[in-house]
Amino acid sequence: MAEFVANGFIRFEAIVPSDVNKRGIEEMRRLELERFAPEGLKPPHTGTPLDECYPAPSVIGEYLRLPQIRGIIESFVGPNPTFDHDFTHHIQPHATYTQPLHVDAVTDSPDTTFDVQLFWYPHDVAPGEGGTRFVPGSHLRRVRSSGLDRYQHIAGEKQFAGPAGTVVVFHHGLWHAGQPNPGDADRWMHKVRLNPAVPQVRLWNTDDFAELQNPPSDHVFARMLPDSVAQILRTMHPWMSITDYRNEQIQRAKLWRYLTGDDAYDVDHYLTRLEGRAALVGS
Amino acid sequence: MTQRQQILYLWANGSALDSGTVGWAFHDGTDGAGVPLPDAKPPYATGVAALRDGWMLLQSSQLSAPFPGNEHLNDYLEYEFVFERRVDAATGKERS
Repeated sequence: MAEFVANGFIRFEAIVPSDVNKRGIEEMRRLELERFAPEGLKPPHTGTPLDECYPAPSVIGEYLRLPQIRGIIESFVGPNPTFDHDFTHHIQPHATYTQPLHVDAVTDSPDTTFDVQLFWYPHDVAPGEGGTRFVPGSHLRRVRSSGLDRYQHIAGEKQFAGPAGTVVVFHHGLWHAGQPNPGDADRWMHKVRLNPAVPQVRLWNTDDFAELQNPPSDHVFARMLPDSVAQILRTMHPWMSITDYRNEQIQRAKLWRYLTGDDAYDVDHYLTRLEGRAALVGS
Repeated sequence: MTQRQQILYLWANGSALDSGTVGWAFHDGTDGAGVPLPDAKPPYATGVAALRDGWMLLQSSQLSAPFPGNEHLNDYLEYEFVFERRVDAATGKERS
């Protein structure tokens, strides 16, 4: 979870079984053809509890109900989150369109709550063959989506490549874009956005929490635990200035406070210092 | 002589023109007839390296104090430098 907070995504390699992937491509094809047609396969209504989405027989429903997928979903947005929307992203062979970098939806509210988007790749994606481009660590920045069009290249950006059945979970704010597909095969991907229906506090397996949670005194210029959440939240991405990086540490610490319910949590004393001084002048 | 512009955006990890490049974008008014960017990624390690390859600085980002309450929020890449090269449309060579 700390890696998700630092990077804005987490990847689960080949977590969907092969037969679900194969049948999933066929259902994605149907959903693409029939979503806006008068009759046929339709997505759930926005606002539907996930438990009621894609009832059997449905391969997408089967995927969403896999115990390992439900475990991932529950860890981020609780046991029965709200379906926001989904889409099948299909890039044909030799397609040349490069989607500009963007964030989905609109500039978000300043609180720390978040949606997740699950990107399911049901077939192998070779490097450079249409896998989603994304910028690790960009998820907590406050931008207008079309303002990102300008960035053709950012140091440290990634393009998804991996084996069939890989699922990548994105924080809703992560900068991303579809890419050209110079390969000979269709590239399919199912993306679903889920809203939390409960506070996102310690929803994941926290067996190692006491061991890894650093005290607020943990400071890179004083004393640090060698293996802690703070060490992960100190991840600096190659495209960040030092000011960006320190501001990101503050935003990550705030998100970690929300996720853990630990209102005193800090990395490198940034929040504690400000809060201590503010308390001197009162409110 | 008909000229065409090539535009290079560089984003740096500091406010100085010799800070390290962290992002870049290229727009080619010659539609491929002019000199391309170097193959390296990034094409120039700093803005100064771009100057030494013949690019002219058009604009650098203003330095502005954060709004009260927004001191610790990040948004766009902060340090943007815009360069141009003017190219003879007939020959594809840089204008001398």
